[in-house]
Amino acid sequence: MLKKTLLAGLAIGVAMVTTAYAADPIKIVYIGKNTGNPYFDSITGGFEDACKSLGCEFEFVAPATAEATSQIPFIEAQIQRGVNVIAIAPNSPDALNQVLDTAKEKGILVLTVNGDLVGNEGHRDATILPVDFTKTGPNQVELMGSMIGYKGDIAILSATTEAPDQNTWIAAMNDTLKNDPKYKDMHLVATVYGDDQPEKSTTEMEALLSNYPNLVGVIAPTTVGIAAAAQVVQSRGIAATVHVTGLGLPSEMRDFVKDGTVSAFQLWSPYNEGWLAAHFAVGVIGGTIKNEVGGTFDVPNLGTITIADKNAMNTQAELTTFDAKNIDDFDF
Amino acid sequence: MSAIQTPAARELPPARPRWQVIVIRPETMTLVLLILALFGASLLSPYFLDVGYILRSFTLSAEFAIVALVLTMVIIAGEIDLSPAANMALSACLFAFAQQAGVPMPLAIAIGLFAGLVMGAINGFMVIRLQIPSIIVTIGTLTLYRGLAQVIAGDKSIRVPDWFIGINTVLIAGIPLTVLIFIVMSVILGVVLSMTIFGRQIYQIGTNEVAARHAGIRSQRIKMSLFLLMGLVSAVAGLMTASRLGSVRYDLGLGGELQMVLMAMLGGTYIFGGRGTILGTFLAAWLLVIVSTGMTVANVLPAVQLVVLGVLLIVSIIATNFIYSRTQR
Amino acid sequence: MSALRNILLRREAGIAVMIVLFCLAVGTQKPQFLTLDSLRIILLLTPLILIGAMGQMLVVVARHVDLSIGSMLGFSAMVTGMMFKFHPEIWWPIGFLVSIGTGALLGLINGLLVTLFRLPAIIVTLGTLNLYRGLTYIVSNAKQIDRQYVPSALKAMSQTSPIFGIPWIIFISFGVALLTYIFVMHTRVGRQIFALGSNPVAAPLRGVAVTRVTLLVFSISGALSGLAGILYASRWGFVNPSNTGSGFEFQVIAAVVIGGVSINGGVGTVLGTILGVLLLGCVAAALPLLGIPGTTQSAIYGAVILIALLIDRTVRQQGIKSLTRARA
Repeated sequence: MLKKTLLAGLAIGVAMVTTAYAADPIKIVYIGKNTGNPYFDSITGGFEDACKSLGCEFEFVAPATAEATSQIPFIEAQIQRGVNVIAIAPNSPDALNQVLDTAKEKGILVLTVNGDLVGNEGHRDATILPVDFTKTGPNQVELMGSMIGYKGDIAILSATTEAPDQNTWIAAMNDTLKNDPKYKDMHLVATVYGDDQPEKSTTEMEALLSNYPNLVGVIAPTTVGIAAAAQVVQSRGIAATVHVTGLGLPSEMRDFVKDGTVSAFQLWSPYNEGWLAAHFAVGVIGGTIKNEVGGTFDVPNLGTITIADKNAMNTQAELTTFDAKNIDDFDF
Repeated sequence: MSAIQTPAARELPPARPRWQVIVIRPETMTLVLLILALFGASLLSPYFLDVGYILRSFTLSAEFAIVALVLTMVIIAGEIDLSPAANMALSACLFAFAQQAGVPMPLAIAIGLFAGLVMGAINGFMVIRLQIPSIIVTIGTLTLYRGLAQVIAGDKSIRVPDWFIGINTVLIAGIPLTVLIFIVMSVILGVVLSMTIFGRQIYQIGTNEVAARHAGIRSQRIKMSLFLLMGLVSAVAGLMTASRLGSVRYDLGLGGELQMVLMAMLGGTYIFGGRGTILGTFLAAWLLVIVSTGMTVANVLPAVQLVVLGVLLIVSIIATNFIYSRTQR
Repeated sequence: MSALRNILLRREAGIAVMIVLFCLAVGTQKPQFLTLDSLRIILLLTPLILIGAMGQMLVVVARHVDLSIGSMLGFSAMVTGMMFKFHPEIWWPIGFLVSIGTGALLGLINGLLVTLFRLPAIIVTLGTLNLYRGLTYIVSNAKQIDRQYVPSALKAMSQTSPIFGIPWIIFISFGVALLTYIFVMHTRVGRQIFALGSNPVAAPLRGVAVTRVTLLVFSISGALSGLAGILYASRWGFVNPSNTGSGFEFQVIAAVVIGGVSINGGVGTVLGTILGVLLLGCVAAALPLLGIPGTTQSAIYGAVILIALLIDRTVRQQGIKSLTRARA
């Protein structure tokens, strides 16, 4: 008897599968690094607004932790759900290769948004990055220089030792400092890693101050790092002698900018990443955009976007600088 | 009430009907939950009920499930091991590191497996020789092993050779190889535990170690062999994970100890030792996979999944305790 | 009794010596480690762990363990943060009551599960570790409480100082330690915790209300996690549903075990626990100063825990020997 009821239930389940497939809009899912990460709220907002105007279906999912393999079950589940587009901020540059290949074999468009599979680009169709990441390093060095009068000892407080984006930027910073005569009086004395944890970033920052008493500036190209560094400077009351800048979220940095601890920092618009990704995905599936290197297409509010080498697209040319004058204009 | 009942109960020694003996067991509870979960997941998402998908999802937890089988035996013997997930990471890192440094593959695999054995031996030594409670020893070694993995690999991921990748995609009669290994291991360990002298001795040690020793059971030797087996199987599971992912990082299997303990507990293994079966853990592994897969494919917030897992753990142990306290009388 | 006292004294002296040796060793490499400034850094690293360790010490002495403290910390901090965000009109010190109360309630639930169903605390709290974390995501809708919502006066407690340049939260944490000391040494209930832990079977015969004492220690552990929760918001200025408090249990249990609280129940001191916390703080502060990469930190923690266990065992064995000698 029980068995029969069960079978009936299962049959209903199967019936639901078949009906769900009728005349669907394009289904896009974005898989974030982890839940509770304020950065992704803004990207999600871009996706949602774009899908509202384009008529696609959008969902955001994310694992509880940002560990390398935690996104795999979510990708498997989205393949099973039969979505048309999987956009993902990958937690690992290579642990997802196999499962993303499966998705591509099923005809799903795989995009990396806000982070790429560095060295494994063949396992996704295209990537959407906020800026040309070669610009980040020089931009940050210039901002730091303008704060300290292009003179003195500086240090870098980064995320993890292997964070691919951060390492690209740090390499570019080193390069800029070495080769551009404008920065010849700025000396990079140390690069330390706070692992994107507030506690560890704080102790690393304290150690920097105590190991290098002549330090005049710290660049933290990571949202956790810059907040931790700013907090150390704020609590020691040394904002006049040690200048902190880097990449931060306006929502997390607003207080530090207002009380003068940090005079300026940079980032880009995460919202536009979602906005661009959704437009690109819908265009590619609808056939109006060709996913080829060198191709161009227009996106409302963003202008003409060019598909660059390795199928990479950027939402803006230069980083946005936030300071006391404009920080209240941003709500992410 | 009780005054009237007590003498009656004393007169009649409870002659338990046979169906009760079979039905009132923790494994039955697991089975019922399993069926309910299948039913619930099918209602929750129309995409769930697909054997291929369920099997594929099982491969994501198969490594943990295999270790959980051995963990079940360790818990029955009255000990616990919280370090296997860290062991998986360290063995896999050592293996990957060695093969990257140019060590021939068979030797690299041997290094990984040997490392697992050594880690099991360290746990066993501290628990059995030094008489430190296993729960605290393995919390310490859990931190140490994963820490060492991090020292070796940093937070780089190390690639493994292409031919080594994809053990989970090898299908035998439509069943992924890792799932098949789990099933075979369940049968072997199930037979060992329930039908051999060695297996019965594990139960006796867990029920009353002092009595077992007086009865001539070499409890220390048996427990040591369980810890060694635990270490070896964890290393195997670590290599299987490396093959599935195609790369190794120090955070491989992070938090896996919780899933393993959960599988054993959900399967009705008694946390204080002496009771539990491989069948229970086998069913519980499927239950866990179905619950989490069902929720993931229905896009249920991972937060809700955490709550459900937490509640399942507590409910299962309350039920297990209740069943055992009833059947003991 | 005096033999036992000696052992305990020796144990604490041992940790103190370890701390001094460690600091001197680091000092030879980096002289600035031996300055008041680095003492300030070490002390600022430890308040939350110290508060959590006091609660955990009581639980472990009573022969239980509480793995859910990190999630209780996170949940209480989140509830308090949401109060700050959505009801900024409420006077901010009320946040302390909310956070401590929330924590105490969660701790009481742990205690009830342990006592009512006679479940092992390790499994119950492993379950609630997940449960409370999940609830934290749900109540917060997985949204972080940003810096701008945390009252400046609360954040200032981690920075401004009533005296000697030592911030308020350090005074609070040592105040908690002092209260714990008075509680365990000079109250009847405090002593009963030790009686319960050293012999759970004999304790009720000696008039210890086992259920009530067990509920109490779990509630205290929860309440202190709650206190640590609001202080987290003070120290770091934000509350995140996933980061806040995660991994807290490992640091606290490590500190408690290093501090000589016996995992077999019945043995443990406030001073030892404080020293255990300080040793961990010294290690954490010294690593970046020495330029040792953060990736080794976890391995060093693990090694320190295992060494502490070995010392604990050696001391225990010697204690048994000296006791048997004294009897013979």
